[in-house]
Amino acid sequence: YVFIYFIYLVFNCCTHHNHTLSLPIMLDLNTVESVWPLPQKLAISEERYPLSPTHFNFYYGEDQASIMKDCSLLDSAFTRYFPLIFPDLTSGKPTRLTGVLAKFTIMYCFVSLMAPACVVDQLNVSAGQAVLNSDTVWGALRGLETFSQLVQQEEDGTYFINKTEIEDFPSFQYRGILLDTSRHFLPLKAILNTLDAMAYSKFNVFHWHIVDDPSFPYQSRTFPDLSSKGAYHPMSHIYTQSDVRRVLTHARLRGIRVIPEFDSPGHTQSWGKGQPNLLTPCYKGSSPSGTFGPINPASALSYIFMSQFLKEVTSVFPDPYFHLGGDEVNFSCWQSNPDVRAFMQKMGFGKDYTKLESFYMENIVNITSNLNKTSIVWQDVFDYHERIPKDTILHIWKGLPAQYKAETSRMTKAGHRVLLGAPWYINHIAYGQDWRISYNVQPLNFSGTEEQKKLVIGGEVSMWGEYVDATNLSPRLWPRACAAAERLWSDESQTRSAEAAFPRLQAFRCSLLRRGVRAEPLSPGHCSDEYRGI
Amino acid sequence: MLAGLNFATLLLSVAVCQGSQYKDINSETVSVDQGSTYGSLWPLPQQVSLSEVSFKLSSSSFRVVDAEGSSAGPSCNILQNAYRRYYEYLFGNARKTGHFKRKAARSELSELQVSITSGDSDCDGYPGATSDESYELTVDQPYAILKAPKVWGALRGLETFSQLVYEDEYGAKSINSSKIVDFPRFQHRGILLDTSRHFLPIKVILANLEAMAMNKFNVFHWHIVDDPSFPYLSRTFPQLSQMQGAYHPYTHVYTPGDVKMIIEFARLRGIRVVPEFDTPGHTQSWGKGQKDLLTPCYSGSTPSGTFGPVNPILNTTYDFMNLLFKEISEVFPDAYVHLGGDEVDFNCWKSNPDIQKWMDEHGLGKDYAKLESFYIQKLLGIVAATKKGSMIWQEVFDNGVKLPADAVVNVWMGSGLQGEMFNVTAAGFTTILSAPWYLDYISYGQDWQRYYKAEPLDFKGSDAQNKLVIGGEACLWGEFVDSTNLTPRLWPRASAVGERLWSAKDVTDINDAYSRLSKHRCRMVERGIPAEPLFTSFCRHEYKGN
Repeated sequence: YVFIYFIYLVFNCCTHHNHTLSLPIMLDLNTVESVWPLPQKLAISEERYPLSPTHFNFYYGEDQASIMKDCSLLDSAFTRYFPLIFPDLTSGKPTRLTGVLAKFTIMYCFVSLMAPACVVDQLNVSAGQAVLNSDTVWGALRGLETFSQLVQQEEDGTYFINKTEIEDFPSFQYRGILLDTSRHFLPLKAILNTLDAMAYSKFNVFHWHIVDDPSFPYQSRTFPDLSSKGAYHPMSHIYTQSDVRRVLTHARLRGIRVIPEFDSPGHTQSWGKGQPNLLTPCYKGSSPSGTFGPINPASALSYIFMSQFLKEVTSVFPDPYFHLGGDEVNFSCWQSNPDVRAFMQKMGFGKDYTKLESFYMENIVNITSNLNKTSIVWQDVFDYHERIPKDTILHIWKGLPAQYKAETSRMTKAGHRVLLGAPWYINHIAYGQDWRISYNVQPLNFSGTEEQKKLVIGGEVSMWGEYVDATNLSPRLWPRACAAAERLWSDESQTRSAEAAFPRLQAFRCSLLRRGVRAEPLSPGHCSDEYRGI
Repeated sequence: MLAGLNFATLLLSVAVCQGSQYKDINSETVSVDQGSTYGSLWPLPQQVSLSEVSFKLSSSSFRVVDAEGSSAGPSCNILQNAYRRYYEYLFGNARKTGHFKRKAARSELSELQVSITSGDSDCDGYPGATSDESYELTVDQPYAILKAPKVWGALRGLETFSQLVYEDEYGAKSINSSKIVDFPRFQHRGILLDTSRHFLPIKVILANLEAMAMNKFNVFHWHIVDDPSFPYLSRTFPQLSQMQGAYHPYTHVYTPGDVKMIIEFARLRGIRVVPEFDTPGHTQSWGKGQKDLLTPCYSGSTPSGTFGPVNPILNTTYDFMNLLFKEISEVFPDAYVHLGGDEVDFNCWKSNPDIQKWMDEHGLGKDYAKLESFYIQKLLGIVAATKKGSMIWQEVFDNGVKLPADAVVNVWMGSGLQGEMFNVTAAGFTTILSAPWYLDYISYGQDWQRYYKAEPLDFKGSDAQNKLVIGGEACLWGEFVDSTNLTPRLWPRASAVGERLWSAKDVTDINDAYSRLSKHRCRMVERGIPAEPLFTSFCRHEYKGN
């Protein structure tokens, strides 16, 4: 999952420009309309080349016969990026055509980056061309995105691109967005639109918090009652298997992984509606109160159900990682239930219900690893129980910087890979430019060895759904999430200043608008193409 | 009307959730929807009696018609348009039922008869500061009857009627037998939108006028120009928007045709359009197209190249204002114009030697508040000559400007609010309250409850003083708002203000409000308004837009 791509945008054109050799000079990257997130190495020279939509073409490099199997993915990326590079073609505005050819060649290979097979002659004397060189198709997608952001328009509508050399790769391999489809149902379109916008910011993981207490919109093949009784509405507020497949395909085409979360044993109220005897009956004194608590960890039936259910969902979602939740388990219902108490006794847990939760999670993690998936769990599981399998990824969500830094230290010291969520709970809103707070996060600024730092695989922006549905999701997410996108992709030493990033983010926000993303403003001002909806 | 903070760099620290991953960290209580006996009515009418007897409405036979003897007929555009609009709201989603005749299983309501009872229906007029919005609605067999003295009340009553209709479990539209007597508690119920800090496309303004009508708001306070841009295309002074005053002279302006369309769209919904041309401060964008209008600031003894508020010592300033406000008085039919007058920064005036000299000559000494008063006084005279009333922000009153008796003082400052309300009304001026309802300030959680709980008469005034409080406005300033996020940020938060200003003073049950407002928000969504959720929940028909 380490993507490395190069773009050499080297043009040689003779029609409008003199044949002067210009050396690449570093412009002040934050004063020009430029790329978001900032590439690792970027050299933009002042020399400009016009692009003509009628002559522009994508080509595969000549040595690509061996890797044609993934070409459909790039073919559809070409179709997608062409109108993003030349937006006027779809909006119907007149475009002044120029006679300059532009050729965009993609070279990518699965062998070592510097292998001779990948060395490309970038110069084409008769026409300008751009060459993108990547070792994976996923890197090629990121490079296409970067290329599309480099193309600009003159006032008369002519497209142009500066001579540019870029070498780029992400600082963190895991750059996620969490959407919560349980507290409010998000129509498929809202999810697909979010995936589009994620690709523009080079996010690569969609963490789908698909079910929770309020509703169970996932339509299970094995247990259809879960959604027919647990969804807000059994017909209109569910994700069918084909909906899920559509999300998976849409995401894959954009180089985005989909990691589902089926959070248990807490946060499962909606599960109980369609699966009797799964949740713990709470007691009032010596009789059941009629309410239910977390999944019943004392019943063998719970594990049988979870095995069958996880067997289904791990096969539906192809990603090798699977999020098991495990957060915020309330013990009072377990404490009230005599069967659970008897089980505690039998297991020798005494009065320590964290041991009971650990017992449950251990079983679930084992079931998951037998299904050949790597588990991700919320930090609570580690906090209660340090003996979880080493390959389990821990997701930090609690606390102020001092707290999550200490937690990162502890977890990485224990040898676990860590995902940082705590600083980016952007469902919490405030007046003003709160993106700057997200931007100033330093994921590796905790006490630990180099080895420990390598265990921080990335971070995630969370948009919990209490106050968010299709009416306000997009403007609340964009461009605020872009701050974390740059923090997770770019070189921190080049992107320390939010003030310096501000004009570039403003320009990027306008390009999001142009691409139809309902991204809210950062300050007074305007974009040449305002959002046209309501 | 803006707090004296530098918004662009203002950063409020994000509250970091410590205790709980998901739970509401807001201090506001999380309301639980226990259902309301008043269904989805919003704002709650003054008198409601609902019976359990229900009637069906059929999309093929139901009609809204003029009652016999109504003073408004088929030529009354306002009503005819409203009949169609509300029919669409009620049955827009209904699919064609096919040709099968069905027996009416239960009694059907086939007509809503609308009767305008006063001799002059106001059909061809504009809503005004004293327009009668009262109505009476009786839903019974064989007809429902909506009676209102004027069309404005009929519009409010149609909205109420549409809110009484619900879907039964078979999806059939139903309505219960009911009797409603209704009128607004406050006459002035406004929404302020700011089209200067961000340009708002017409479509967004129109959609929000629609939403205003759904919430019985009746004033669109159009803060049309300000420092950042001047999108109003003036016929008299086109250079104001065309010479870099607007963000863009063609794509980011309101042409006379646009303005006309907005005013007519608002009129058809019983909404006044009160434009605000804020001076002498908040005018940076004016200076780009109008030379010598703004005060040149000095750095020592030489002009610094920057400009301050409108220059109050030049005759040319008043010649310009004369012509501009004459145009405004013709373009905007409302009887009031908002003149702003807030947040004047005296530093530039202080720096300018000509102004210092002029003040010495006129005996104003160093009292720049007096200079501001001098300017506003002259402006008030100019506006009065166009036969318009003036609305002004509270500083104008605070600075001791002699105001015409019909001036309306707009109170916006949160600190010292009660004292200000007391003083303004004690001085005999009508007052509009905006201070508790600055909706551009956002925070996590159910802040609508705070807006709902604000009581406009929460100051120790006499009955006579209370009567001078004619209403309030929810303000959505534009620093961080444009077409991408305006509508969900405004609705349903502004709805809380809508009920506070329309319904009786004792309508304060927050749980009952939560239940009704949740349903009302889903209704807005169904009508195409992306009104954001109050809390974890769902709507039968979720928002279909982007």
